[in-house]
Amino acid sequence: MTTYLIRAASVLGGERSDLYLADGVIAALGADAADAATTARADGVDVVEIDASTLIALPGLVDLHTHLREPGREDAETVASGTRAAAVGGFTCVHAMANTDPVADTAGVVEQVWRLGEDAGWAQVRPVGAVTVGLRGEQLAELGAMADSAAAVRVFSDDGKCVDDPVLMRRALEYVKAFDGVVAQHAQEPRLTQGALMHEGVVSAELGLTGWPAVAEEAIVARDVLLAEHVGSRVHICHLSTAGSVDIVRWAKARGIDVTAEVTPHHLILTDEAVRGYDPQFKVNPPLRTAADVAAVRAGLADGTIDIVATDHAPHPDEDKDCEFAAAAMGMTGLETALSVVVAAMVDNPEYDFDWADVARTMSTTPAAIGRVAEQGRPLEVGEPANLVLVDPDATWTVDPAALRTASENTPFASDELPARVIATFWRGRATVLDGEPRARTDVRA
Amino acid sequence: MRHLLSAADLSRAEAIEILDTTATMAATQSREIKKLPALRGLTVVNLFFEDSTRTRISFEAAAKRLSADVINFSAKGSSVSKGESLKDTALTLAAMGADAVVIRHQASGAPHRLATSGWVRTPVVNAGDGMHQHPTQALLDAFTMRRHLAGGGEAGPDGIGRDLAGAKVVIVGDVLHSRVARSNVDLLHTLGADVTLVAPPTLLPVGVHTWPCAVSYDLNATIADVRPDAIMMLRVQRERMSSAGGGFFPSPMEYSRRYGLDGTRLAALPEHCVVMHPGPMNRGLEISAKAADSPRSTIVEQVANGVAVRMAVLYLLLAGGTETEGSR
Repeated sequence: MTTYLIRAASVLGGERSDLYLADGVIAALGADAADAATTARADGVDVVEIDASTLIALPGLVDLHTHLREPGREDAETVASGTRAAAVGGFTCVHAMANTDPVADTAGVVEQVWRLGEDAGWAQVRPVGAVTVGLRGEQLAELGAMADSAAAVRVFSDDGKCVDDPVLMRRALEYVKAFDGVVAQHAQEPRLTQGALMHEGVVSAELGLTGWPAVAEEAIVARDVLLAEHVGSRVHICHLSTAGSVDIVRWAKARGIDVTAEVTPHHLILTDEAVRGYDPQFKVNPPLRTAADVAAVRAGLADGTIDIVATDHAPHPDEDKDCEFAAAAMGMTGLETALSVVVAAMVDNPEYDFDWADVARTMSTTPAAIGRVAEQGRPLEVGEPANLVLVDPDATWTVDPAALRTASENTPFASDELPARVIATFWRGRATVLDGEPRARTDVRA
Repeated sequence: MRHLLSAADLSRAEAIEILDTTATMAATQSREIKKLPALRGLTVVNLFFEDSTRTRISFEAAAKRLSADVINFSAKGSSVSKGESLKDTALTLAAMGADAVVIRHQASGAPHRLATSGWVRTPVVNAGDGMHQHPTQALLDAFTMRRHLAGGGEAGPDGIGRDLAGAKVVIVGDVLHSRVARSNVDLLHTLGADVTLVAPPTLLPVGVHTWPCAVSYDLNATIADVRPDAIMMLRVQRERMSSAGGGFFPSPMEYSRRYGLDGTRLAALPEHCVVMHPGPMNRGLEISAKAADSPRSTIVEQVANGVAVRMAVLYLLLAGGTETEGSR
């Protein structure tokens, strides 16, 4: 097996060190790394040396919110194409959302998705199980069977739909405690958002598009943190998007409620002003909010109120976006742009004290902890799994939708110049990306 | 002006040019032979994704009186309801050689998509999109108001060259769902009028406070305080009463009592105030028969002016404003 000697990488943006990756783990660090590589070479082991003297090393990124679309919508994305895009974006683990067709609401479907991920070999796939049968919000799915399956599901979500029935939500929060699971809530009061197309406010009033009011998210977030407190469960809030939600989560945490929250890259950088051209590439759920909301979610991410960044990578084929705004599908891809957008919004932004260690915390360590993924989000230390990413912080690149590795082209960042570029990704000690290019398992063998 | 998508896109000068051209067109319509040769050989497509007999006929009459060929494409059931997509319809029309597309669509922004997506290269005229805009309605309303409020003197009966500076206009009804209200607020503001919207709070959009107009919930107080020069009653769809959350107002009778233009309110209006309605009317709901049929009602005149305005818009888009003089 090929081993890797990474030279002089800045670990989490701090001190530079060599790293030697062998047998799926970080075998040696610092001065020991070169020695270990020399020894290995003498034993006939293949050692690939990488000059990382301008690069930053982070633990492999972990996405808690990815739509891989398989089974059912292989025209938009497959487990293989989605995880390859993930690897190019620096991810070594993704959580595949349950709103597939058939829905991932049984042990059979989650095991299939997990197996497809293992076979593809680009990144660890952790299936998310549906909370309710068919995402219909009526009856609990067999959560225990999914937890006990080979997929070992720990995150449950009806994402795309809100578990709006308060009794059902309470039961789900209670039930998953038996196997240390968490319910990830798509917070959207359905009656307040019937036919909603964009954030309700000044811009929607002008454009004549039915509004999605912030209160429809905030009412559910408030209810669910109180429910979690009442039953002593943890709860996770998906794609938190409003200033009011940030306030509620901040209050809940101060009160000691076990709540975690995620924000998407696009909610960190885009506003509802982008919808003015009626371009469906900016149609997403929850919708793009106001500049004040963007400032609030940034501040929330910086102060820890929002725990993680999650992509909500939502690929759609062209025909679902090349149409009237009202007819278009909601969602945007994000795996390959996430890190760069976070760098643009937070790391390179002098308003916030947000460094590369914070990137590692919010995009690797904490999402792995929430998802209970033991082998991900680990510190870069000897003996730890060799899941890591090398990033060039000074590079810039221009987003070309056709050149992205995801099977769909619905990025809102077409033609935008973004900072920071993933140069290499290692998963279980194998390079899934080298020189910015994905390398399939078969390539490496050859 | 390449397209007419939104009343908000029009500058004061452009708006006045359209109104003045409308006056020229209107003058030709009292002649025995109403037809002008201006657009001979050109094809105008009326692409209607939503039922609207009046607007379609108005555009059709306008195009025909300019000697254009007219194709009516009634595409009820767009991609929203899983028919042919807007894109494929547009590509088909472009391939058939349309010179201008007039589009009515239930999705806000559909005309904007048609004009900016590269699907067609011809001028696009928005004949009403969802809850967004209906610019030719606003233009015909402005033309009607100008005639009544700014006509006379050296500007002639049509108020040529004039705007609506200082005119007080009250618009009453379902502003939330109304493209007519949005277009009128934009255009009337551009032309210098003072607009007050009156509606129950449930029928005003969140964000209306940023619009260039005043807002009131009380029709009686507004009539007394504003002393309007024109009052425009918007159509209220009866189904608004039975939608989610128990509807936007409790009953048609309550709506009518609080926001309808009945005989008492009609009598309270200043004598010169004109009564307008974009049609079709719900007599007895937002407007009483007494008001609709009163001498101060401009409702039928609005329809006639609609043809002239649409002639002017098609003429300016297809024949170019610079030729205006020569064609007279």
